[in-house]
Amino acid sequence: MSFDILHIIGGLAAAAAIPASLLGAADWLVDRPVEPPFPAAQTVAVSGRVAYPLPGEFLRDGRPAAAPRRLEEVAAFEIMTYQVSVLDYRRCVEAGACRQADARPGQALRTPVTGVSHLDAEAYAAWYSQATGGRWRLPSAAEWALAAGERFSGEDLPVVADADNPARRWLSAYRAESARGRASVSEPQPRGAFGANRRGLYDLAGNVWEWTATCYARSTLTPDGREIAGTVENCGVHVLEGRHRAYMSDFIRDGKSGGCAVGVPPDNLGFRLVREPRGTGLAERVRQAVRRVFR
Amino acid sequence: MITRREALMGTAMAAVVAGMPPFATEARAAVGRPDIAALPRQKVMLVTPPFVHAHEQVASGGPKIIEFTMTIEEKPMVIDDEGTTLQAMTFNGSVPGPLMVVHQDDYVELTLVNPESNSLAHNIDFHAATGALGGGELSLVNPGEQVTLRFRATRSGTFVYHCAPGGPMIPWHVVSGMSGAIMVLPRDGLKDEKGEPLRYDRIYYVGESDFYIPRDRDGRYKSYESAGDAYQDTMELMRGLIPTHEVFNGRVGALTGDNAMTANVGETVLIVHSQANRDTRPHLIGGHGDHVWEQGKFANPPAKDLETWFIRGGSAGAALYTFLQPGIYAYVNHNLIEAVELGATAHFMVEGDWDDDLMTQVEAPKAIATN
Repeated sequence: MSFDILHIIGGLAAAAAIPASLLGAADWLVDRPVEPPFPAAQTVAVSGRVAYPLPGEFLRDGRPAAAPRRLEEVAAFEIMTYQVSVLDYRRCVEAGACRQADARPGQALRTPVTGVSHLDAEAYAAWYSQATGGRWRLPSAAEWALAAGERFSGEDLPVVADADNPARRWLSAYRAESARGRASVSEPQPRGAFGANRRGLYDLAGNVWEWTATCYARSTLTPDGREIAGTVENCGVHVLEGRHRAYMSDFIRDGKSGGCAVGVPPDNLGFRLVREPRGTGLAERVRQAVRRVFR
Repeated sequence: MITRREALMGTAMAAVVAGMPPFATEARAAVGRPDIAALPRQKVMLVTPPFVHAHEQVASGGPKIIEFTMTIEEKPMVIDDEGTTLQAMTFNGSVPGPLMVVHQDDYVELTLVNPESNSLAHNIDFHAATGALGGGELSLVNPGEQVTLRFRATRSGTFVYHCAPGGPMIPWHVVSGMSGAIMVLPRDGLKDEKGEPLRYDRIYYVGESDFYIPRDRDGRYKSYESAGDAYQDTMELMRGLIPTHEVFNGRVGALTGDNAMTANVGETVLIVHSQANRDTRPHLIGGHGDHVWEQGKFANPPAKDLETWFIRGGSAGAALYTFLQPGIYAYVNHNLIEAVELGATAHFMVEGDWDDDLMTQVEAPKAIATN
């Protein structure tokens, strides 16, 4: 089945959920393991420029500084309309390619899968690429920011730079975190519960934070604050985006216990994938252009 | 029949008692028995923890009768961010119950109200009181009843009170929220190890609770229609002795964010900490205990400069600290699993000027120098 056919019937929500809903039984999956390739998820094509605060921590003159905002040209990509669901993820588990998620028990199959680490998300992407015959991976922080559009928040904590009193920054950040609104429920909700953004992507910045492919990094800015003089990356920690930005070690599956001593952690950890363009052939480019026009 | 071992123990105990100076007897005799009817009375309105009702640190007059009223409320309470619900039993509607403050030799006169809308009988056992199971025998009230109990606060210190209506009801009522503390101050206030006076600018009461919430077959926390419905499952879980929640002031995060405790640099804070059922070990991350009454009893000199202090299950302790640096302090049960995973974490927000002499970051993080 080609992507375009799925796109047409995409109004039925996640394509991946169609077989189960048509057959009316989830045990269809248990009895008959999915034979690759199977239909890929519904996606939205995204391209353009994004201005966003860079992830990571920044130092200027040895003091914490606000993240610099960068304008980036992001190469065209497709991103899943919905987060990977409990049902989607279960297929990977049944194929022996993913570990069981720590998702709360008894969730609807159409709920975003949660209780998954960065390592789990990468394992899923590898399996999913093989199963669908596409090239799927986690989005970079820039891709996520571009896709999220008006739902993007990134860093929202004030950086109060007081050279004489570092506690002013801690206190103001703590107050801002306390004042920051939380989702009305912390329990993962069925797909679509948090609505779509203008691009038609669902559940961004709901109560499931999304893993990105971007590593945590600490950068030293030049004295004028305009350039990055040096960066030390820690790729054992990745950036998560959602209602606010978070950084978690790759093996953490539960945001609540993955945070630091003070601060409000993410409610849940999940993900959605991006698909890299299949090729640079004319047919592919035309297909993408047509899709963009008709979106 | 007395065994040989018991006989030996008995002899040894008699020898110890004979050799002990009769302090306690002397103390009682010195105080005497005032005419109750002639004593002044003072009515105190209790406030919800971590706050504490206004009180004198040094008593301005002689012993008084201090009147308190507490209404028992049975009600569902949410105890974590996931919305897990405890069918709670509370003294005065809060977990823990309010901190009562009196002075040594005052009389505590408590009216305990068990409204008709409740479903269970309750009472109160004051560890500060003498006789009748801490008052428990004289304070049992059924729904629709009230009782008034008076006891003399003969010993100074911080003491737990809790519900103790007999048998398995005792631990169940306690881990359902029915505990609090009373602080009996020496008439001339707190003193250091040399007898010099100690004062506090602020006082907070942290009541730690262990909760045992049963799970269903899928591993989700169960909620129940009433406390009675929860009893069987809860009791089974309690016998395993591993709480599902270990929290300060009734719920995970109750003393964080907008409800974080506050202080200013230079202020001295007294933190009263109780746990009616289970051992705990408070620790102020980035601070200390300047003067700590670990057992909570002010007749003993305070320990100094503690990093962590031990509160025995069934007791309340007090720690005095003068904040020296601004910032966010985490106040935790330093079994860090209980602090982070089970919920026993509170925060202090402290305003003021940073003291570089106490701490400074000499050089910010940077790439390791290679040359």
